[in-house]
Amino acid sequence: MAKLKQWRPNKRNSHMSTNLKVKVWRGGEQGSFASYDVPRQGSQTVLDVVTYIQRHLDPSLSYRFACRVGMCGSCAMTVNGVARWTCRTHVAKVAADGRLEIAPLSNLLVIKDLTTDMSEFFDKWARAKGQFNGKQTRHDDFARVDPNSRERIAANAGIECIGCGVCYASCDVVSWRADYLGPAALNRAWTLVNDVRDTQRAERLRAVAGDAGCHACHTQGSCSEHCPKQIEPTAGIAGLKYLAAKAAIWGEL
Amino acid sequence: MTSAVTQARLWYWQRISAMVLALCVLIHLAIMIYAVRGGLSAAEILGRTRGSLSFGAFYSVFVLACALHVPIGLATVADEWMGWRGPKVAVAAGFFGIAIVFMGLRAVYGVVAA
Repeated sequence: MAKLKQWRPNKRNSHMSTNLKVKVWRGGEQGSFASYDVPRQGSQTVLDVVTYIQRHLDPSLSYRFACRVGMCGSCAMTVNGVARWTCRTHVAKVAADGRLEIAPLSNLLVIKDLTTDMSEFFDKWARAKGQFNGKQTRHDDFARVDPNSRERIAANAGIECIGCGVCYASCDVVSWRADYLGPAALNRAWTLVNDVRDTQRAERLRAVAGDAGCHACHTQGSCSEHCPKQIEPTAGIAGLKYLAAKAAIWGEL
Repeated sequence: MTSAVTQARLWYWQRISAMVLALCVLIHLAIMIYAVRGGLSAAEILGRTRGSLSFGAFYSVFVLACALHVPIGLATVADEWMGWRGPKVAVAAGFFGIAIVFMGLRAVYGVVAA
């Protein structure tokens, strides 16, 4: 990982303002950017900036966060045009010139200010049959899954998704067609079709194949580029296309 | 949404036709580079192509791969750019494919058999 440059006043940058110029989206679907001056701090994150604005400058600002350490995925926003986790984004990394523009995630309805409605995002996980469905009960022995099997390695590659919506907000195909399931839901489906304990493989492939499913993906790779967990939904979607083709050939789709 | 089976089939046909096209384009470029060594004239080209079964077979495969590959891609473009979906886009893409077959094979016939 690249070493983050920490901002400290010194001879070279002492001419820079000690305040950040921050533009923040205010309103719902219709609204505008409001400007704030926020004191600059060392090791300051974008979430720190938003929190400062709400606590010191404008208590009516709405935003969402919980863990502050990159585990919950609730604080994702658009920072200087790129979808990011704000809690894990240092100001020094994205605002070298002391300017920040913070907006809600794209491709989601805006409830208010920086808070988006994630319902459609998670409804698409359900439409992609994102629920595990096993056949064993608590009375059965543990399933034995070889950690080195091809399926388990494929599932492990995508299993760390925490549903932050960064990939969904970064996907051009989602912005072109609203019914596209999106990279996160398809990544979830990919981990499940590779789970040997799951019993809904054929139904899941039927749910994710089609022009609003994996076949709509153009393999542009924005989701993989921006995923904060370095997951590659693009690779999983390509895998789903391949499995769907095989299933279609054998009459199982 | 068109059926999952249809989309899965269109996907593998486009993949297979893309593989054929990649090979055809490489051979086509190699032939072009070879053919223009001593200048290029219609008589020289026709002298090489007339009556050549291998030339006719190769470019017929090229045309058929195009006729398969292009309409599938155009249907996606029409869907995303103009919102054409369902039978409308299938018919438009089908006509485009037929036009490529007709014009392409006519051109092959023109330089091989005419």
